[in-house]
Amino acid sequence: MKKFLIAGLFVALLLAGVVSRFASGSPDGLDYAAREGCTFDADGDITGGTCMAQQEQEHQLGDSPLADYGIKGIDNETLSTGLSGVAGVLLTFAIGGGLFWLIRRRTPGQPSAGSPSDSPAGSPSDSPAGSPSDSPSGSPADEKVA
Amino acid sequence: MDDVRAMHIANGIINGPVSAIFIVVAVAGLAVCVRRARVDLDDRLAPMAGLVAAFIFAVQMLNFQVLPGVSGHLLGGTLAVILVGPWVGALCVATVLLVQALVFADGGLTAIGLNITNMALIGTAAAYLLVALLLRVLPRTIASLGATALIASVIGVVVASLGFVAEYALGGTTQLSLGGIAATMAGVHTLIGVGEGLIAATTVVTVAKVRPDLVYALRAFRKQPIGAQA
Repeated sequence: MKKFLIAGLFVALLLAGVVSRFASGSPDGLDYAAREGCTFDADGDITGGTCMAQQEQEHQLGDSPLADYGIKGIDNETLSTGLSGVAGVLLTFAIGGGLFWLIRRRTPGQPSAGSPSDSPAGSPSDSPAGSPSDSPSGSPADEKVA
Repeated sequence: MDDVRAMHIANGIINGPVSAIFIVVAVAGLAVCVRRARVDLDDRLAPMAGLVAAFIFAVQMLNFQVLPGVSGHLLGGTLAVILVGPWVGALCVATVLLVQALVFADGGLTAIGLNITNMALIGTAAAYLLVALLLRVLPRTIASLGATALIASVIGVVVASLGFVAEYALGGTTQLSLGGIAATMAGVHTLIGVGEGLIAATTVVTVAKVRPDLVYALRAFRKQPIGAQA
């Protein structure tokens, strides 16, 4: 499990840190739909027409150090994007992994121990899904992961 | 070039009251997910879910061209459902959206409920229904898993994009034809869904080959996993 996590994180870091420089710079599907109906000048500013993007307002945190997938103060766009991607992957793993670890079931042997109130609604449909992963044979080494 | 980095609903596109309603919807939906996710989350699934969230964040940065002047990126619902299940999966996508909105200024804070509802809740729910159905009826092969990821991605992404259309119908701040917006969103997102499907299929097939025991969908939606338990 530890090996798999490290390998997976490495791939994610590679994608966000390096491959991201090859990402398309065109507006994504939503942004494209939001711009439909307007005309734009070379700088991307709206010059006429009616479109959803006209109503767009500034992001409340638009001045944050990692805003728009870059790092404030680094002018080299490739480096700035790549480093912000690396930061994002590590941050998402830390926050996501941390939260999931906090809310996980603590006692694999006693599934209903901590939450009797959950059982009536949750258990009939959930137990077939959950129980195979409970098998202690699957992961003796995994306990040390975090 | 700066604004092409934004990929989620910005502030102002949908009016304040409707945005607020969807913050309530998102919080309620995520609360249900947390409750149900606890049943699935054990010492092994928790770090795996963190990895899935980090991976989705990374792949969302990789916009791919779908038409001249139009790109798309992974939403991640199908990938998450197959690897960590629907409840944990929805939380993975929501985690990514929260990090993007709070740290990367992508996806307005006012619009966070809209984005979570569309991508973490609606898109993931649609993907879940398809994955659960397809894995029960298709032959137990690795190709079936790939095909399931592809089909669920296309439908999941299109349904998520229609979530935006519904929100626009309720609280759009411009006077534009709803039919036109629906056609553009659904059309473009069908193509994006194919791209997402190829990425999701490649990813889940790779994980299924290396560690089939870590693929939630193979444990939950089938009587027996494809490979031997590791």
